[in-house]
Amino acid sequence: MDTQILTTVLFLSVVALTIGITVKASRSTSGTADFYAGGRSFSPLQNGLAIGGDYMSAASFLGITGIIALSGYDGFLYSIGFLVAWLVALLLVAEMLRNSGRFTMADQLAFRMRRKPVRLAAASSTVVVSIFYLLAQMVGAGTLVALLLGVESQAIKNIVIFGVGALMIFYVTVGGMKGTTYVQIVKAILLMTGSALIVVLVLAQFDFNLSTLLGAAADNSGKGQAFLEPGLKYGADLTSKLDFVSLGLALVLGTAGLPHILIRFYTVPTARDARKSVLWAIGLIGTFYLFTLVLGFGAAALLDTSTLDASGNLAAPRLAEAVGGGAGSTGGAILLALIAAVAFATILAVVAGLTLTSAASVAHDVYNNVIRKGEATEAEEIKVTRLAAGGIGLVAILLAIPAQSLNIAFLVALAFAVAASANLPTIMMNIFWRRFNTRGALFSIYGGLLSAVGLVFFSPTVSGTETSLITGMDFAWFPLNNPGLVSIPLGFLFGVIGTLSAREPAAEDRYTELEVRALTGAGSEKAISH
Amino acid sequence: MSNDTSPHEQAARHDPVYDRLAAEPEFLELRRRYRGFVIPATAVFLAWYLLYVALSTWASDFMAHRLFGNINVALVFGLLQFVTTFGIAYLYSRFSNARLDPLATTLNEDYETYMTSKDGR
Repeated sequence: MDTQILTTVLFLSVVALTIGITVKASRSTSGTADFYAGGRSFSPLQNGLAIGGDYMSAASFLGITGIIALSGYDGFLYSIGFLVAWLVALLLVAEMLRNSGRFTMADQLAFRMRRKPVRLAAASSTVVVSIFYLLAQMVGAGTLVALLLGVESQAIKNIVIFGVGALMIFYVTVGGMKGTTYVQIVKAILLMTGSALIVVLVLAQFDFNLSTLLGAAADNSGKGQAFLEPGLKYGADLTSKLDFVSLGLALVLGTAGLPHILIRFYTVPTARDARKSVLWAIGLIGTFYLFTLVLGFGAAALLDTSTLDASGNLAAPRLAEAVGGGAGSTGGAILLALIAAVAFATILAVVAGLTLTSAASVAHDVYNNVIRKGEATEAEEIKVTRLAAGGIGLVAILLAIPAQSLNIAFLVALAFAVAASANLPTIMMNIFWRRFNTRGALFSIYGGLLSAVGLVFFSPTVSGTETSLITGMDFAWFPLNNPGLVSIPLGFLFGVIGTLSAREPAAEDRYTELEVRALTGAGSEKAISH
Repeated sequence: MSNDTSPHEQAARHDPVYDRLAAEPEFLELRRRYRGFVIPATAVFLAWYLLYVALSTWASDFMAHRLFGNINVALVFGLLQFVTTFGIAYLYSRFSNARLDPLATTLNEDYETYMTSKDGR
């Protein structure tokens, strides 16, 4: 019971801290550049931390630790995909996007294409990806908080989902990008220091010898050396192997197409700062994924993993309790509560980023540029963003409550697959291919989006097996759970076919400005100084 | 396809300064250097990553080979992915500071000078 009180107090402190930050940030927010891009005045270190805060979700922290704790080495494969992906963002996307856009992914397309259709397409994929990701985080939050507080009541889970939804709407409508960014920075610092502490305590138990730790993990897992080798989770047959390759591809190509990551590149003064912030983020995220290796194998070595939940989400908090002195000890209670609060902060920061991104796209792309033909005032646009944030938040809450009974772990992988199949091909072709045009962009966005979602719909994830969303029916003809292997090449292919089937001299002509701006920054949006 | 685009349908044609900048030798050199770095670098890290994924999937005996203590090839290979990611990020940062930024700055200054003189008229 003491742990529960302590955990609750720490949770409430996190909430109070983030609310305080948001209110403070709202005082210096006035126009759209402030509201969507934090005035483009964050430093590279601040933005690097915020990118880390936006990216390292509870799925990474609790999920990867859990997979390693239960399935050993195979969980590490996720960490590597999530990290290597940042090279795509660094080399090909961050600076180009900062130089050529204003607030959303669509800006960079609207530069040279027919604005209305491309903005609608980009806004659709932004909202779809964000909602998938948001749902996964919110359902996760409900389950997590209930587990951590040790209550199994459905009412508590619903209250938590509602509370998380209300908080994210608050951060976004009140604090805009500045508030959201500070919440993400605080979360990144909490997550890094919290997990570093646990890592040191784990390693101390094994005289800081990784080999000893791994040996203990292999022994305690009951699976021996196989626990330290790839293949335990994804090695069964050709289908599961291809499924794994497909997942690996979506992870590495999806990150640089995630809308809530893309919007972060606009929050710094110049493209050079965007590059530096990605470098900070790579350092931070890389270190964090090295931590997950120790946390996962530490949990396997020190806990009785057969008592964990099936997804292993509790491995990290239980490990914290164990290295703090074990269940019932004061040290254990404090560390458990601390890690639980860190996990909660993690969820809040990620959902805030997602809500802001999708609301910004609805207001900036759809409302202002499509409905009002670019003539809405900044105040009107911000008003619509706030309304959209409320609307999206409400939709997420309403979908998350019934979705709790489903196994929604696939939603994050699906979000990455859509980002890699619809967004990344479009961004790449727009920046590197003069001939690319409106029809090509529409084909690659809608084609990539529909292939990814469609293939999942006809996969064993949705029907045909005992663990499918729909049981009792079988319309699964696509054998893989992860569509990336097929849908990513399709996204590119659709883009090429669409482009080659139409000529659009205006789009080719305007490519000159896009390319000069993207590479030199000439004419790019300036930072605001208050 | 019709060409009767309304003013809002498409962004206005860009200022001629961009055509001039695009033809500058500095710009052509900047583009050559940028592509000369990122295209091979992307090919290398993607191939290296996919090799890792493929070996983990199809060469389990090789990956299971123990090097010392409980450290096996799979772990070292995985950690090498971290090393190469940090390494390529560092190299790109050094390359762009030394070889890309000076050219980009020159071209951007040309642009600013032009815009100021245009506004001043």
